[in-house]
Amino acid sequence: MAGKAGLSKRQRAKIFRISQYVLLAAIVVVIAMSANWGQIKRAFFDLEVAADQFPNVIVIALKNTLVYTVLGFAFGLTLGLILALMRLSSVAPYRWLSTIYIEFFRGLPALLVFIAIGTGIPLAFPGTFLSRDVAIMLALGLVGAAYMAETIRAGIQAVPKGQVEAARSLGMSQGRAMITIVIPQAFRIILPPLTNELILLTKDSSLAYLLGSTLAEQELAQFGRQALTQFKSLTPVLVVGLCYLIITIPLSLLSRRLEKKYGSGGTTTRGADA
Amino acid sequence: MTEPIIEITGLCKAFGPLEVLKGIDLTVKRGEVVCIIGPSGSGKSTMLRCVNLLEEPTAGKVVVDGVELTDEDCDIDKARARVGMVFQGFNLFAHLSVLDNLTVAQRKVLGRPKGDAEMVARENLAKVGLSEKAGSMPGQLSGGQQQRVAIARALSMNPEVMLFDEPTSALDPELVGDVLGVMRQLADDGMTMLVVTHEMQFAREVADRVLFMDGGYVVEEGKAEQVIGAPREERTRSFLARVLDPVHNAGA
Repeated sequence: MAGKAGLSKRQRAKIFRISQYVLLAAIVVVIAMSANWGQIKRAFFDLEVAADQFPNVIVIALKNTLVYTVLGFAFGLTLGLILALMRLSSVAPYRWLSTIYIEFFRGLPALLVFIAIGTGIPLAFPGTFLSRDVAIMLALGLVGAAYMAETIRAGIQAVPKGQVEAARSLGMSQGRAMITIVIPQAFRIILPPLTNELILLTKDSSLAYLLGSTLAEQELAQFGRQALTQFKSLTPVLVVGLCYLIITIPLSLLSRRLEKKYGSGGTTTRGADA
Repeated sequence: MTEPIIEITGLCKAFGPLEVLKGIDLTVKRGEVVCIIGPSGSGKSTMLRCVNLLEEPTAGKVVVDGVELTDEDCDIDKARARVGMVFQGFNLFAHLSVLDNLTVAQRKVLGRPKGDAEMVARENLAKVGLSEKAGSMPGQLSGGQQQRVAIARALSMNPEVMLFDEPTSALDPELVGDVLGVMRQLADDGMTMLVVTHEMQFAREVADRVLFMDGGYVVEEGKAEQVIGAPREERTRSFLARVLDPVHNAGA
């Protein structure tokens, strides 16, 4: 089996693989040697500065990020479900409204929406008082709803038509079939993408800084920025970054597990002719 | 046994420009078993789906047990609850256990209390020989078992009529017998059944009457042994020749 060069195909593949490891190791060594570690440590890993961030980074910043995200997600999910049902409605104007909404909010940066809510609503409706929490919930939810509506619509459409026919043939009304049979199955299908949406909202909650904040209202990103100016070290940002990862990585893992569990659709209906 | 339970008159159904049913008249008496045979595209499934208005007829009248389903004032959900339907693709609710599949409509549509619904469900599971599967999820069952659960689900609503839309066409050949066995038992118990099928042997042995449909019309109708055994119409003859001996009659 030996080739012309005296090396078999398998041996050549092995050498190629080893050389890739060597290349990677070389790059790591070069970077490690050229860096000024003392400087980097002071800038990013100042343990004293890191210790100073506790407990506020957890009890204030992380807590606020979680609260804003959950509020925004709950509002967005509700609005998204309504938009998805409108999108699938047999009444054309509902479909148009929903489509316009979705395209509008998916096309805008979330930042603009935050600005619009923060300054636009008090301007447009003088005298209305929008609490900061509500404003954040609205801004996050309005944007999230546009994405979630499309996800939910896809999920509902992925439930085989035979499921509705079976439900109708047993005497369920259209609405009853939707609530009892279709939506529960749709949510199983869209659980993974919905978890991803939750991750995106967690990160978007950082835009809450646009609405201004007292110390007690700071979420992670704002907290990090504040501490950055105070300590002249990037360490607080690193701590804050780790806090985000503590939320997002488990969610990401959860999403992957759910995908494995329900990804194949989880339906038992075989293709039937019409 | 003489009282008509299904009366279909002048039934037409078109999908856009495509006319699938071109005027069907059919009367089924209580307790009768009627099998509908015919080539694919002949409109037999559409006809069956018009009996519980899963397809809305373009013209004509459908009366089930004295209720005119095609009447605009008819409470169609209520009427459908009394007509059981079994689909080719089983269509069990994928997110519910077998027991919940059987109880969900009883509770939400008929308003039966949970305990009563479960009792009815277990009775019907026993009838189809699957008592031990009450806690299983549909995905854990074989096709034949799923279809038997689907029959039990329809029976749990205490229907007046049962419609079967090619109930064995999606099954592996060795699983067909179990499902046909359940259907035969049902027929013996006196259930009124309308069955669209390709199982000629079943039609011959169980049906009181056989309809042969082609091109949107009922071409021939009569006792099973006459329509299948000694068809009068040429179209029926050539269809049966192809079905009963496909190897020697390809393209006939």
